[in-house]
Amino acid sequence: MSKESVLRACDLTMQFGGVVAVNNLNMEVNRGEIVGLIGPNGAGKTTVFNMITGVYAPTNGEIYLNGKLIVENYPHGRMKDIYNGQNAGKYSKVLAPTPDRITKMGVARTFQNIRLFKELSVFENVLIAKHMNIKSNLLSATLMLNHKEEKQMREETMELLRILGLEKNKDDIATSLPYGKQRHLEIARALATKPQLLLLDEPAAGMNPQESDDLMHFIGRIRSDFNLSILMIEHHMQVVMGVCERIYVLDYGTLIAEGSPTQVQNNPKVIEAYLGVD
Amino acid sequence: MTKKSKNICSVIAALVLVVLLICSYEFTSSSSMLRSVLQLGAIYALAAASMNLLNGVTGLFSLGQAGFMAVGAYTFAIFTIPVEKKAGVYYLYGVADGLSDIALPAFFGLLIAGLMAALLAAIIGAPVLRLKSDYFAIATLGFAEIVRILVASSPFNRITNGSLGLKAIPSFSNLFGVIPAYFVPFIVVAVCISLMVLLIKSSYGRAFKAIREDEIAAEAMGINLAKHKRMSFIISSFFAGISGALLAQFLGAVQSTTFPLSMTYNILLIVVIGGMGSITGSILSAFLVTAAKEWWLRFLDVEQFIGDFQVPFLRTGFRMVVFSVILMVVVLFWRRGIMGNKEFSWDSVYHFFTKKKKKAALLAEDAEGGAVNE
Amino acid sequence: MDFTTFLSYCLAGISIGGIYALIAIGYTMVYGILRLINFAHGDIFMMAAYFMIFAMVDFMIPWYLSIAVVVLSTVVLGVVIEKVAYKPLRSAPRMSIMISAIGVSYFLQNVATYLFSALPKSYPSIPLLNKKIVLGDVSTSLVTFITPIITVLAVILLMMLIKHTKVGMAMRAVSKDFETAQLMGIKINNIISVTFIIGCSLAAVGSILYFTPRPSVFPLAGSLPGLKCFIAAVFGGIGSIPGAVVGGFIIGLSETFIKAAGYSEFSDVFTFVLLVAVLMFRPTGLFGEKIAEKV
Repeated sequence: MSKESVLRACDLTMQFGGVVAVNNLNMEVNRGEIVGLIGPNGAGKTTVFNMITGVYAPTNGEIYLNGKLIVENYPHGRMKDIYNGQNAGKYSKVLAPTPDRITKMGVARTFQNIRLFKELSVFENVLIAKHMNIKSNLLSATLMLNHKEEKQMREETMELLRILGLEKNKDDIATSLPYGKQRHLEIARALATKPQLLLLDEPAAGMNPQESDDLMHFIGRIRSDFNLSILMIEHHMQVVMGVCERIYVLDYGTLIAEGSPTQVQNNPKVIEAYLGVD
Repeated sequence: MTKKSKNICSVIAALVLVVLLICSYEFTSSSSMLRSVLQLGAIYALAAASMNLLNGVTGLFSLGQAGFMAVGAYTFAIFTIPVEKKAGVYYLYGVADGLSDIALPAFFGLLIAGLMAALLAAIIGAPVLRLKSDYFAIATLGFAEIVRILVASSPFNRITNGSLGLKAIPSFSNLFGVIPAYFVPFIVVAVCISLMVLLIKSSYGRAFKAIREDEIAAEAMGINLAKHKRMSFIISSFFAGISGALLAQFLGAVQSTTFPLSMTYNILLIVVIGGMGSITGSILSAFLVTAAKEWWLRFLDVEQFIGDFQVPFLRTGFRMVVFSVILMVVVLFWRRGIMGNKEFSWDSVYHFFTKKKKKAALLAEDAEGGAVNE
Repeated sequence: MDFTTFLSYCLAGISIGGIYALIAIGYTMVYGILRLINFAHGDIFMMAAYFMIFAMVDFMIPWYLSIAVVVLSTVVLGVVIEKVAYKPLRSAPRMSIMISAIGVSYFLQNVATYLFSALPKSYPSIPLLNKKIVLGDVSTSLVTFITPIITVLAVILLMMLIKHTKVGMAMRAVSKDFETAQLMGIKINNIISVTFIIGCSLAAVGSILYFTPRPSVFPLAGSLPGLKCFIAAVFGGIGSIPGAVVGGFIIGLSETFIKAAGYSEFSDVFTFVLLVAVLMFRPTGLFGEKIAEKV
């Protein structure tokens, strides 16, 4: 497999006031890879996701998607005085697109504490994700002149639900689903935006061993079915070790280790971060 | 239920409604309470539906409804007061130069009224929509008050006639010479609300609902929040403007005091009773509330005697007290209103009538299952 | 405009600003704790004026006792409103509780119209407060002069209460984090009641100071001042007491000077434009804290 980078982050830094949530992170996700991002609670993993998806504008650093610069920022204003990371002066632009634009560029995500459209049906939840590529305008959509497009959207949604095994639940209200299914639905909704890169934020949280085992196979399956690259945050070591090809370990915002699951498992720094030193 | 039988039901129901409406015309005199309550109910239904599009469907809690209605009403009045009556209306300040010869037909008046309200929404939308929930409510409320003060202020005397307000606004007129004037507001309201319902059912409407449910998730699904919020705000204001114009036609005269803050509260009450997010709920509750307020509860304002015994509490103002108590009861104990956030559908009617049977069947099944298990 | 007129306008502005500040504190405290815009607060202020009429005109209670009666009954009204209309909705979405507040406002206005009729009722005059005093070249009534003093005293007392007492600490804790405070054993309902007691007693005092130099009260009299005070609270940064006070004074002064400049028609428009402008550029107001939503 040739190593073509889908996502690349350089010197990514995020400060909230005086707290450095993420510090000079350099990471890469290659096409077709499943990469894990792990670390103790509060290590800054979700902040990384939020920077990639445009929810936060980073304090410093840049992010490339398929080699194209999508996010860039430099320390400015108040941050300039307190920021003293590496390459502080290297970046010159402010490029902080909104999350919807990042999604359109092919990055989809799920959320740590499930964020479904709670009172809408499973079908609608997924159908909404198809809205972003709508070609018809407000008027033609209102007057139902776009029935072809609408029909196609619905068919694609149905197809997706079928593949992901949510077909039977299509008319259920999202919150009425059992927890594991809600996680599946969130992934289905993210897939409906046709991403190249899928960011999963603790997909196995709250699942029992059986469910997380299923999830592992599920993640492997959607990667090949949808030609995805996946970056996932996870605490279940069994899932991470079982499904990820490469792992980045964050602690207090700093990258302390990266490598294959076995490499990471035996890295003394990682053991120290998780278990503490004697 | 099959699609075919649903369609048949819909057609029958629509026919029944039309026949009832025609009956309300044929069997009443032109001054009857029923007629004006129905017309006013229809106008409020449009106002409430437009508010619901923003507050219930998109989840943006706006309190600017009265302001946009005022813009619509004034715009309509300015452009449609007959030329020969203008001198009489603007007797104190005179009429602005460009306006003295303009008197558009009602249809264009309605359209311009809606467009003006939409234009105002477009102008204030960009900054205001950046605000979060409560702040958005307060900012829109502020705008409604600004509109109200400005239309009555002296620099606009020659356009809005200052605090005197505008009179001689043409009432509803026959359509194509065939349809009596009485039906015109119903037709306008029906068309507007149908458009809104279609919009809500379209992909854009789903995007609005997504924003209501979870802004962050909606944005992560590629929905441009700013654009869609602005759309919803402008469309809602457009229809609010039209409802204001219809109200101006109905009343025949408008003043800045016609559109106080309590009008927004009134419409909000209709929306809440009908159910936030349900257009059918808004329509139902608009008629119910208007009928109750203007008609059925009227007796509460009049002192009444049973023999020599004077019924306590009944005098001017009691109606509104009862009315606000009803509002509070709905808000506190019946938060979802008549329809919740669901729309009317034949399936739900079907379920409503068959639920009991089904339950009984289920119970019986359970009992049997239990017996087998034992 | 000569210096004397300028001074008298300043005094008038500071005076009305002080009243706005007193009422704005009520808004800001309730918002700080319940995250609720208490739309009914302006109407509570209006009801306080009617209580004064009741006490002094209908029951002929001397004015110094009447003030106590008014404060007490306003507090009772406020607490009852909280228990009946807001408490059941504690776990409901914020929109519902806001609608409930609007409902209470609507209810109070209608009740006032029913009980006292829509016609203005003359407000009893308190001879001592209406006494004319002369300060240099500026002559004014005592009430105009003492209003800012009362405001400042009230704020200092309130700040001390919040900084140094156990109740104050509990209030700060609740406003930081409702649920955690509850888990730490703070009796939320008591703290909320205390908040309403403070807010309403200040509104009652504000009402007496506001209506004394004015001739009459009518059922909608509280609606516009209420809105302005809310704007003052937003201006200063809702949730912050010093912010509300500064906001109150700024709004009072600017309003007075706009009226003085001959644009009295537009003084309210200006207030609202100010509100929108502040929200645009500093959504959290002058002293407000920024709260970021967690994703």
